[in-house]
Amino acid sequence: MSGNGYLFAAYAATWIIHILYLGTIVSRYSRLKREIEGLKKPGVRS
Amino acid sequence: MTAPTGITRATLLKDLRLEWRSKDAINSMLFFSLLVVVVFSFSFDPTAEESRQIAGGLIWVAFLFAAVVALNQTWAREIRNQVLDAYRVSPAPANSLFLAKTLGNFIFVTVLEALMTPLFIVFYRLRALGPVWQLLLIAVLGTWALVVNGTFFAAISLRTRSREIMLPLLLFPISIPAILAMVQSTTAILNDESAHFYIVLLATYDLVFTTVCLLLFETVLNAE
Amino acid sequence: MKRAFPILGVLTAILLSYALYMALVGAPTEQTMGDVQRIFYYHVPSAWTAFTLFLLNFVASILYLVRRNPAADIIALVSAEVGVVFCAVVLVTGPIWARPVWGIWWAPGDIRLTSTLVLWLIYVSYLVLRRFSSSGQTPTLAAALAVLGALCVPFVYFSIWFFRTQHPQPVMGGGGSIDPRMLHVLLINWLAFLCFAFLVCWSRYRLETLQREVDQAHALESLLDPHGSMR
Repeated sequence: MSGNGYLFAAYAATWIIHILYLGTIVSRYSRLKREIEGLKKPGVRS
Repeated sequence: MTAPTGITRATLLKDLRLEWRSKDAINSMLFFSLLVVVVFSFSFDPTAEESRQIAGGLIWVAFLFAAVVALNQTWAREIRNQVLDAYRVSPAPANSLFLAKTLGNFIFVTVLEALMTPLFIVFYRLRALGPVWQLLLIAVLGTWALVVNGTFFAAISLRTRSREIMLPLLLFPISIPAILAMVQSTTAILNDESAHFYIVLLATYDLVFTTVCLLLFETVLNAE
Repeated sequence: MKRAFPILGVLTAILLSYALYMALVGAPTEQTMGDVQRIFYYHVPSAWTAFTLFLLNFVASILYLVRRNPAADIIALVSAEVGVVFCAVVLVTGPIWARPVWGIWWAPGDIRLTSTLVLWLIYVSYLVLRRFSSSGQTPTLAAALAVLGALCVPFVYFSIWFFRTQHPQPVMGGGGSIDPRMLHVLLINWLAFLCFAFLVCWSRYRLETLQREVDQAHALESLLDPHGSMR
């Protein structure tokens, strides 16, 4: 790999790591949203 | 009400007496120590010159294993007999319990080290070129560093799943500077080089972490 | 408050793009290392951001131990998590930079990379503790661990520093003064990453708050109607 290859790899790795982490946040968030919908369903006792 | 030191001494003596009577833990630890040294001697079998370079590291890794095995059963007896709950409601300061446990572990691990060291010397044909008293000082400071943090983390691990793996998992990262100091200073003494910096570092580390562990132990014990 | 987030998001994206442009094009090319040196503009700000986040974790943990404030506990968790992510970036970009420059991926005596590795290990162990302990005690235990971990940092630094004087290693990034134009680009990237880290922390904070509310709702539900699931 030429010098620029390493440069590209470093910058790409940085953003891949951040995107992966943000992905976990987003997926947990959508799962929570679904759970909240489930909690709101008619099964709730007054 | 007994003074804190009285409580510490009483708890410590109780632990030592129990260990001596049961001898279970002691015997298995002794055998474990021997096994570790033998396995190491097969895995790392260098000439006398190389052995002096890596012996510092090997010995301390072996001590570290022994310490973890000893630490893992630190609180086991207390758990079995709900002693910790009794301690929580008693007016006795939590520090005394912690100090007693740490001292007990320290004595225990030191005994193991005292047994493993001659074996290492024999297997690796070691000879200290530097001052031996410094080696003893390093052993004391280093063992205390492992034991004080180890006893604290053992108490934390009690409240976790996978208790046995949690202890080394928490202990190792924080112990890294101390382990580096122990290994490098031991190697330095074996090769007749200066270990002053590492010894001072270890002493400072011991001071700081003993203080903080004493300060935080009550909080950890009562964590709800 | 909710509208602020997308606005800040756009602003941060613009800042990051500008910082990236400056790093790749705007900054002068380094003499000895060439373009590979530009990794520096991502590697170092990521490290500084991670350290800032770990410092925040330390402060939040102490605050929790003193005040038992649940918000402090969440901030401690969030800052540790995001800090570990940024730390991972440092540990990945470091060797990628080291390889073309020194010919090796890792040098044990490299004080910055090795200290960062130990720091990463300490905070990963913190996250593992949080995952493995039962929820009532977790904040207190984790806070205690965080305090010990933070106190360990100077020892990590000094022990490796001395080790390096005994075992000379190649020096990364040069010891001397830095070209002011390079410093300028470095600081811009740091600012951009700090803003980015802030937004990520904010999202994670909201997620955690929501998670705890849902957990409480579940707990309440099973308290009020323990046989509901059997019907």
